[in-house]
Amino acid sequence: MATNTQSDGLADAVGVDMAEHASTPGMPQLDFSHWGNQIFWLVLALIAIYLILSRVALPRIGAVLAERSGTITNDLAAAEDLKAKAVEAEAAYNKALVDARAEAQNIVERAKAEIKADLDVAIAKADAEISAKAVESEKAIAEIRTSAMENVKIVAKDTAKEIVAALGGKADAKTINAAIDARLKG
Amino acid sequence: MATETHGAEEGGLVFHPMDQFIVEPFFGGTDVAWYTVTNATVWSFLAVLATFLLLVLGSSKRSVIPSRMQSVAELAYGFVYKMVEDICGKEGVKYFPYIMTLFMFIVCANFLGLLPASFTPTAHFAVTVVLAMAVFLTVTILGFVKNGAAFLGLFWVASAPLALRPVLAVIELISYFVRPVSHSIRLAGNVMAGHAVIKVFAGFAALTVVSPFAILGITAMYGLEVLVSFIQAYVFTILTCVYLKDALHPSH
Repeated sequence: MATNTQSDGLADAVGVDMAEHASTPGMPQLDFSHWGNQIFWLVLALIAIYLILSRVALPRIGAVLAERSGTITNDLAAAEDLKAKAVEAEAAYNKALVDARAEAQNIVERAKAEIKADLDVAIAKADAEISAKAVESEKAIAEIRTSAMENVKIVAKDTAKEIVAALGGKADAKTINAAIDARLKG
Repeated sequence: MATETHGAEEGGLVFHPMDQFIVEPFFGGTDVAWYTVTNATVWSFLAVLATFLLLVLGSSKRSVIPSRMQSVAELAYGFVYKMVEDICGKEGVKYFPYIMTLFMFIVCANFLGLLPASFTPTAHFAVTVVLAMAVFLTVTILGFVKNGAAFLGLFWVASAPLALRPVLAVIELISYFVRPVSHSIRLAGNVMAGHAVIKVFAGFAALTVVSPFAILGITAMYGLEVLVSFIQAYVFTILTCVYLKDALHPSH
């Protein structure tokens, strides 16, 4: 009966009507008659969870996490490698570009030089031809001039003879010629 | 007190906030022997089942890119693992399965206890006292095994002035032995109080006038209880880690 009064006191303390639940104390948690049962099953449950965790779940999840971090590390390393390769490739590309530019410059220089040489040769040849032509022309002009002079002489002689004849003199061919030559030389 | 309750019952109000914690045989009968399968047993093993479903079935595909279940399982693993590693250091990692066992049991039992008409094993002192005493005894024995008499240095605050040290030693000693008490009552008390308050609100719902407020109150308390369920499991686990750290490195 002592326990009954004690549980009544507890029940009053938490404000539960004991008339309907005379057999249960106010806080079922403090009903120690169930503790053995509860502890027994709790220990079983904890052992079950421990076995599930330590045998299966934790090693498996740990392995998955380790594998993932390994994969991530590998991928990062691979990315780093690829990046280095890309940088290398870019450097090679830039070098090739510079080389190609220099080569192009060379080719342009060489072509310019060749063209200039050709041009010089052509100009020299043209100059030579021109001067040759000029000499020829001068010669031709000189010839024309001498022939013109001859013609002038003949015309002058003839004209002089005719003038002398018209004036009533007898023209001496030799004298007239000499006179004209002397005049023309004048 | 009793007459008040009687008066209320006549008006249709019935409060039995603690009835949800009564342990009774699950398959009929009235006697609870040590081996009887009770509602407490059933809900404890539902917590075991929940742990199994989450951590074993959830991770069964072992995918590098996790499914949703596997993400949650990995989250729980990482959460507790990091806690153990941060607080106890590298030497604490070998106790990780034990701490994970405590955490998974408490968190699953708490959340299952939030289902209507369910039973919450963690609201019982029989359960939390066993858990707390297991932690307390393990930590104390481990402390002496690992450090020998040096473990008593935990109570001798070397950084304090010499005159104060004996006083502090007494205080430290008392606080050390109070640990399992606060450790167990904190968990059971929080869970029990929340569930009881929900029941009280539910009792008020019988009155038509206040029933909207009662339902509002139940909803609000339920939200709070979801929070409390996780936080109390977290607090229990992190305190276990702190106590374990004391056993592994007793110097202050």
